[in-house]
Amino acid sequence: MLAYIFRRLFYAIPILIGVNLLTFALFFVVNTPDDMARMQLGVKRVTPEAIERWKVERGYDKPLFFNAAAMGVGQLTQTVFFDKSLRMFALEFGRSDDGRDIGNEIRTRMGPSLAIAVPTFLLGLYVTVSLALFLVLFRATALDVWGVVGCVMLMSISGLFYIIGGQWLVSKVWHLVPISGYTSGLDGFRFLILPVVISVVASIGANTRWYRTLFLEEISKDYVRTARAKGLSETTVLFRHVLRNAMIPILTGVVVVIPLLFMGSLLVESFFGIPGLGSYTIDAINAQDFAIVRAMVFIGSVLYILGLLLTDISYTWVDPRVRLG
Amino acid sequence: MPFQPVVLVTDALLFVLLGLIVGAVWRARRSPPMRRAWRDVGRSRSGMASATILVAFLGIGVADSLHYRPLLESAGGTKSSVYSAEVLSALDAALTPLRVRVERTYSAPLATRSFAKETIESESGAIARDYPRLQFAGAQLADPDRDRDQDVRNRLLRGIGLGLGAAVLTCLGLGTFLGRGQEGGCASGWWAILSGRTTVRWRAALITVLGLGAVIGGLAALAPVYHVFGTDKVGQDVLYLTLKSVRTALVIGTLTTLVLLPVALALGVLAGYLGGWVDDLIQYVYTVLNSIPGVLLIAAAVLMMQGLIDRHPEWFSTAAERADARLLALCCILGLTSWTGLARLLRGEALKLRELEYVQAARAFGVGTPRILLRHILPNVMHIVLIAVVMDFSSLVLAEAVLSYVGIGVDPNTISFGTMINAARMELAREPMVWWSLGSAFVFMFTLVLSANLFADAVRDAFDPRRG
Amino acid sequence: MLHSVRFWVALLLLAGLVGCRPVWNDPYPASEGEANVMYSAFTNRPKHLDPVQSYSEDEATFLYQIYEPPLQYHYLQRPYALIPAAAAEMPKVILLDAAGRELPPDADPAKVAESQYEIRIQPGIRYQPHPAFAQRDDGSSRYLPMPAEDLARARQLGDFAETGTRELIAADYVNQIKRLAHPRLHSPILELMGDYIIGLKALHARLQKDPAAQAWPATHIDLTRYPLDGVQVVDRYTYRVRLRGAYPQFLYWLAMPFFAPVPPEVEQFFEQPGMAERNLTLDWWPIGTGAYMLAENDPNARMTLVRNPNFHGETYPCEGEAADQGAGLLADCGKAVPFIERVVFSREKESIPYWNKFLQGYYDASGVSSDNFDQAVQLGGQGDVLLTDEMRERGIRLTTAVAPTVMYTGFNMLDPVVGGGSERARKLRLALSIAIDQEEFISVFLNGRGLTAMHPLPPDIFGYREGEAGINPYVFDWVDGRAKRKSIEEARRLLAEAGYPGGRDAATGEPLIINLDTTGTGLGDKARIDWLTKQFRKIDLQLVVRSTDYNRFQDKIRKGNAQLFFWGWNADYPDPENFLFLLYGPQSKVASQGENAANYANPEYDRLFERMKAMADGPERQALIDRMMAILQHDAPWIWGFYEKAYVLQHGWLMNRKPGKIIRSALKYQRIDTALRARQREAWNRPDIGPLFAMAGLALVVVGPAVLAYRRRERATGRKAA
Repeated sequence: MLAYIFRRLFYAIPILIGVNLLTFALFFVVNTPDDMARMQLGVKRVTPEAIERWKVERGYDKPLFFNAAAMGVGQLTQTVFFDKSLRMFALEFGRSDDGRDIGNEIRTRMGPSLAIAVPTFLLGLYVTVSLALFLVLFRATALDVWGVVGCVMLMSISGLFYIIGGQWLVSKVWHLVPISGYTSGLDGFRFLILPVVISVVASIGANTRWYRTLFLEEISKDYVRTARAKGLSETTVLFRHVLRNAMIPILTGVVVVIPLLFMGSLLVESFFGIPGLGSYTIDAINAQDFAIVRAMVFIGSVLYILGLLLTDISYTWVDPRVRLG
Repeated sequence: MPFQPVVLVTDALLFVLLGLIVGAVWRARRSPPMRRAWRDVGRSRSGMASATILVAFLGIGVADSLHYRPLLESAGGTKSSVYSAEVLSALDAALTPLRVRVERTYSAPLATRSFAKETIESESGAIARDYPRLQFAGAQLADPDRDRDQDVRNRLLRGIGLGLGAAVLTCLGLGTFLGRGQEGGCASGWWAILSGRTTVRWRAALITVLGLGAVIGGLAALAPVYHVFGTDKVGQDVLYLTLKSVRTALVIGTLTTLVLLPVALALGVLAGYLGGWVDDLIQYVYTVLNSIPGVLLIAAAVLMMQGLIDRHPEWFSTAAERADARLLALCCILGLTSWTGLARLLRGEALKLRELEYVQAARAFGVGTPRILLRHILPNVMHIVLIAVVMDFSSLVLAEAVLSYVGIGVDPNTISFGTMINAARMELAREPMVWWSLGSAFVFMFTLVLSANLFADAVRDAFDPRRG
Repeated sequence: MLHSVRFWVALLLLAGLVGCRPVWNDPYPASEGEANVMYSAFTNRPKHLDPVQSYSEDEATFLYQIYEPPLQYHYLQRPYALIPAAAAEMPKVILLDAAGRELPPDADPAKVAESQYEIRIQPGIRYQPHPAFAQRDDGSSRYLPMPAEDLARARQLGDFAETGTRELIAADYVNQIKRLAHPRLHSPILELMGDYIIGLKALHARLQKDPAAQAWPATHIDLTRYPLDGVQVVDRYTYRVRLRGAYPQFLYWLAMPFFAPVPPEVEQFFEQPGMAERNLTLDWWPIGTGAYMLAENDPNARMTLVRNPNFHGETYPCEGEAADQGAGLLADCGKAVPFIERVVFSREKESIPYWNKFLQGYYDASGVSSDNFDQAVQLGGQGDVLLTDEMRERGIRLTTAVAPTVMYTGFNMLDPVVGGGSERARKLRLALSIAIDQEEFISVFLNGRGLTAMHPLPPDIFGYREGEAGINPYVFDWVDGRAKRKSIEEARRLLAEAGYPGGRDAATGEPLIINLDTTGTGLGDKARIDWLTKQFRKIDLQLVVRSTDYNRFQDKIRKGNAQLFFWGWNADYPDPENFLFLLYGPQSKVASQGENAANYANPEYDRLFERMKAMADGPERQALIDRMMAILQHDAPWIWGFYEKAYVLQHGWLMNRKPGKIIRSALKYQRIDTALRARQREAWNRPDIGPLFAMAGLALVVVGPAVLAYRRRERATGRKAA
């Protein structure tokens, strides 16, 4: 088991290098260091000298990949790529282009992101799985048919409408919760309740339908018929047998996203003014602060790989037949 | 010639796609299993109804893809014919009254007066604050406040009547065409359709046609003299904008899959069939792509493309071409980030097919790899491709809206659901609220995505052997 | 069924938690109910709070409350007038000629070789409490050098338990002027000031050789070791600045934080190792003698200003404009400012929540960068600014004033089609100037919050003329006491004269296409583009909009590849020089990276500008400006767009707020009726719980029968099986 984990982590390294190379190449085609300097130095009265100085200070004056002027290993290490990208493997994210420490920022913004992502995730899972079970319980009745139609309708609405509409109705018309904002601590739940509910509602359509198909597939198997023949009630069959056996496909979809919860949600965070990593990313894209975007891409990739690993591990936990080797 | 045809890249690709569909239908008619599968699609009532609506949307999209540059009236002294730099489409031509009748600013649906009070100077010089009459909407009425409701009702009834009539005629033609092969003649074929006893649920399709006829008839009767969905901030007709958005949505929804298809197909099948280091390499590439958070990758790629387009203005002779290039670039980028899923499915399928006896046999007979791939593997993975295409459509349409909202979507000049929502989201906060832009974008987008989803379900149920 | 019961219990518990407050949607802690706190918002996070670097409107909102430069603007008077802030009186100005002889104040600027500004500050002013000043009993500094255990605990400035203060001295101002030359701090005004302050550029060169200047992040440079020729401390409370030539605008600069005091020990405090990693820098934690101090700096969520207990005191002004008395702006005459204890700025990125919170009473007034805020307000068209009845009933008030800004559409004068001095291009430019209906633009996009520009000088700036004398005769006619835009026929005629009859090149028949370069994908841009296309269509011209990102746009302008572009200028100070230099030849963007983005160059204009620049306001200056205006209107290098109106949208409980874009230290004058605010908030935000019950009912209607049906079926099958 441990050996397996180590081997998987070892495989991750070339992938991360690939991710870094790709994003690095993309971003430096988009924005030359000159552009970054101009972006950061503002609009009024910017001189070419100021731009040069900025580049030297931030280390953007070096060659991108290969430094012919340096000696030995320095030819590879004294480059922008090494400086800005490979250091991230040591979790040194350096400073954003506006001069703030990225690592520090990420640590403080992780809390709000998780505060919204974790409840959304858990509540969403709970609601959608229950709804799916409910539909399956009433399969082949009008309730099921209309339930599925409802799901498809919910799926067909753009997420933007959920947010805009929900905020308008609940906060503006009904005055039930603050429109936007965030505080940590117990008082914070007033701010979180609406974004969480909206995110959950937005995910109901697709997820319920997906789980419903999983359960239906499971229910048509022989053992279920056997169980039912034993005289077990329908609910027992569903909760005891079907749910447990449908766990593997559910896990495949679910576990991989758990680590990514750290990344936060782009839209919800910026609409509700939650100072998490999602809105950090959006700000960085808008401000074209690529030091931050690179760091976020790197973290995202690491978390994704972690998620894959967790998925594999969770298989062994749910289904003892699965062995990792 | 009164116009000069313009073929934008996305137009060409869209027609290629149509051609492919027609070709596929032609082939499918001759292959019994395909025919059976398609008949299964037809067996779904919702599938038939949504297919009908999709055909209507497709019609709008196709009409909007026939681009041309109108001839300018010859100016004095010059002989050579000169074409406008503005690129129009057949849809624009059909909707000319909607396109050119631009009010000053906001007006509510079917309104005859402006949405906001303005200071009006009467001819005698007296100044009053009132809601001024719109320049175009309801201009035919002498006293709009009194006559409008009556006029709207009359036109609506007449329009719906005409629309229904046209729809009935269409249905009659269609029914007769379908019923002609039936034993017992035309009449019994008709009876079968009407009582819903046909294998393919034609009745659902015909009912949808009737519904569409009524809606289109009603709109067509009102649109020339009113702004049915109101006007936006600069006075453009919202109905026109929404109809123009349809093409963008269709292009994004279909071309994205089309441009990524060759890549996904080649890499997925190769990885699955050849295995070994090829498989390792391809898997490496798609794991790398997959592990980058999608939005970030798209953002980076879009910004890069945009820079490239901006640095080379000489590549494009008209603004339409520029916007089109950006649209295509967006398709490619969305494709780039989403081909991995399809490739993975194809790889799995190819892995399975490779072990099947007839493929093994072919290999034993010394048939070359390219030939095996083309003759045996490729045709047998096509159903996966088909399912992927129809399933991805709706999510891509939804994605466009979000990306345009974040500012990394289509060119801001391109009319799309995303740019409409983006422009309209502030209007909800106005006092009093301006809801019609957002509302009609919502209705059209919802209808499109919903029918795409329903159709996709029908196709998947019919083609996915696991569910067969 | 059990789990749903649990769910409802949980919901009820939550409701109980919320239910103990009268309103549920208050985004602030319940404890702040009637506290003397002002609530405002900011959209963009401040990038720099170091007074040598900060140059943006977003940062000014905070910085001007904290730092106190020698001078400030009078809060109520218009045209803008400078008065002393930390200075004891207005600076003494001495003009010297090349031989060092003193000249009279009204001397010809061309003869002035040097001008000296002697600034005396009030004695007894003390800094805000700050750990850098904290001392032990023996008089040694508490945190210098920083004890390791204190550093380990520190996350923000408030974590240093002990604070102290010190008297403000002239040397602190001198220190700050030297910091302008600091190579690491990138002051945006170094180039400009280097041309005037004697020795500043030389200091910059010398500092660049200091090894500490190269290090990043910071290590301390002792600026006292670097003398600056042009700036001296005269005595404890007086310092003198020597400028090359005459530069009367310097006084305006003395009202900006670039010239605020920065104590060297604070710099030293922040530049200790380990501080920058914790965001403990001067760039993050400003320190000043102003009315407020920064208590919380979380640019992601909230910035809090708290009243500075050591503020030297100032009284509310007693005279203002004629209308101020009626507007109640003089009611607090003579009272000590500031009135408000604490000011909370919340980050609000999206405009919808921002606007809605304002309507609910959770923001006291329209906020920091209000450009996206006003889009929500439905105001009348055609320049009349009105609130809806509902808003007026709530006591919301709106006041406007023309801001010292100018928005324009520039022609690139280097472009072969629209640029250059040829008559043909000039007529084309004029035709476009007439065709693009700025009045309609102002009414559609700005809700009437703008004034059509006739030239680059906005009202309230010296040189602006009202009435018929002030109109642009090439674009407007004076009819019935009003400026009336010339007709489209006139524009078509000009276009034909320029050789483009009907929008087509008379020689080739090709349609004329004009390219507009613009940035951004932001709000309303599509609408603006559509509108502009409509304007061009009026004279049969075709507009191609090339929108691109900000960097690419800058790049195009810099290289002179643009044809037509939108731009605006926000004045640094209310002097005509600060506007007219935008068209001064040597400022050309392409040639010298200056601010003249149109690359306009007219030798006669340039000559007049050089004379007008340093002249004192008076009839002679007015005459020069009039001539310059005539040249500009004739040449039409810009489509004179509009002057923005600054506006304040405020609730009835906020007093003493007067719009004025240049006056940024306005917080200290404002006052809040907290009791009224609390009452109205409660009345406006009663939670509407009906829908909650309705939804619960709906769920019951759907689920209930289903469950019953299921039970019945289960029982039936059970019986059958038995």
